[in-house]
Amino acid sequence: MLESEFMRLALGAGAVVGVLAPAVGFFLVQRRQSLTGDGIGHVAFAGVAAGILLDVAPVLTALVAAILGGIAIELLRSRGGTAGDQALALVFYTGIALGVVLISAAGALNVDLFQYLFGSILTVTRSDFVVIAALGAVGLAVVGLLYRPLAGIVIDEEGARVAGVPIGALNIAVAALAAVTVALSMRVVGILLVAALMVLPVSAAERIAWSMRSTLALAMAIGLCSSLVGLTVSYYADLPPGGTIVLVAAGAYAVCSIVGSVRGR
Amino acid sequence: MPLAVELESVSFGYRPGQRVLEGVDLKLGEGEFVAVAGPNGGGKTTLVRILLGLERPSEGRALLYGEPAHRFSRRRTLGYLAQRSELGGDAPATVREVVSAGRLAAGGLIGPLRRRDRELAAEAIARVGLEEYADLPVRTLSGGMQQRAFIAKALAGEPSLLVLDEPTTGVDVESQDSLAALLDGLHSDLGVTIVYVSHEFGAVERFVQRLVLVRRSIVFDGPPSDLPGVWHDPSHVHA
Repeated sequence: MLESEFMRLALGAGAVVGVLAPAVGFFLVQRRQSLTGDGIGHVAFAGVAAGILLDVAPVLTALVAAILGGIAIELLRSRGGTAGDQALALVFYTGIALGVVLISAAGALNVDLFQYLFGSILTVTRSDFVVIAALGAVGLAVVGLLYRPLAGIVIDEEGARVAGVPIGALNIAVAALAAVTVALSMRVVGILLVAALMVLPVSAAERIAWSMRSTLALAMAIGLCSSLVGLTVSYYADLPPGGTIVLVAAGAYAVCSIVGSVRGR
Repeated sequence: MPLAVELESVSFGYRPGQRVLEGVDLKLGEGEFVAVAGPNGGGKTTLVRILLGLERPSEGRALLYGEPAHRFSRRRTLGYLAQRSELGGDAPATVREVVSAGRLAAGGLIGPLRRRDRELAAEAIARVGLEEYADLPVRTLSGGMQQRAFIAKALAGEPSLLVLDEPTTGVDVESQDSLAALLDGLHSDLGVTIVYVSHEFGAVERFVQRLVLVRRSIVFDGPPSDLPGVWHDPSHVHA
């Protein structure tokens, strides 16, 4: 398997996304915003469509759209008086509808959208990998630097607000991180499954972790293993990589749930 | 005595025409230990939110240490235990992780905790008597111990004003008494100004110097011993 360059690149990209997605997803899950990644993914679809229409690299337009969508969700949730789930629904449906309309306007309904919807990790090139690795490293560095304030908001948002912690700016930072993660993960698992890699490893880790930090570390480890195992299985069993990665993550959740139950948690 | 809190003719409603608070005048000096009591829905939590600058009065003004509360520049000196404080998220945060979060504003936002911050968190844990539980998930502790962990979190920030909103909700009577004794110790040892908000004030009555009863406006303000006997009847307070 490793003698093929496309598999080495796929494993590299999968490893980066496998670690980054749960690291960012950790803060969304803890704040009961698990579906935010999904909402951003739908907006990213509109970005892909805009890229095809404008003849610009769809990954770039998806990144811009995802960042705008992530910030819009956060602003609607925190300032617009719109309930969190309604803010998400608004962005979800607007994103997907805009995507369909733009794709149609581009006369590109026959374009193979599957690679964006379900991932195309086996087509990752060297230059793609450099972009994924560089942005992934920046994303992980930001998570590392902002871990304490983000965890502090999870623990006690009102207390942090009273003490003068800039909650709004930190929430926007999480939304932007989630957007970058979605745009990077698009090649690995696709827009429709991107949120799974942000949520399932975290949910699995919560079942067996003993502290907040251990939850984050275990989630990143589970995400990494899911990516690498999923890709390996898909290579030998000739299965679609994105779906296989997410199924492995779902399996990890089931195993962790059983282990957690046995330990009497 | 310098003032920590000053509310002048404060009125507030969450929508036009509504009056949750009306004509509230309140001055709290630095170093006071004050209980704010009153019936549920009487405006206590709103009063606290205005006092902390989380809401702005519809009329009147609210000052914290002489500055407008909503623009208070030294927020890191405020400690707050919100009503029904409970851990956000499902990750099993330990007592140490929760208390360390109290150093967030004072210790800087970026990067890992410094040694001094870790020491202050450990001191706060010791002060509330949770050393042996420091590395256990908060959710595995009793309601009273969880409240102690959140008080330690507020203390870790070395506050000069500590506001606790209904800290005894869901806490058994024995824990309520020990919580009140803990606060009395903090007040006398550290000189922290404490505002203790509760719909019932029995547990702290013997410790506080001053009791403020709120029912849309302030209906009593003085030493607990001066409180007319009728106010000790819950049916009167909640009527």
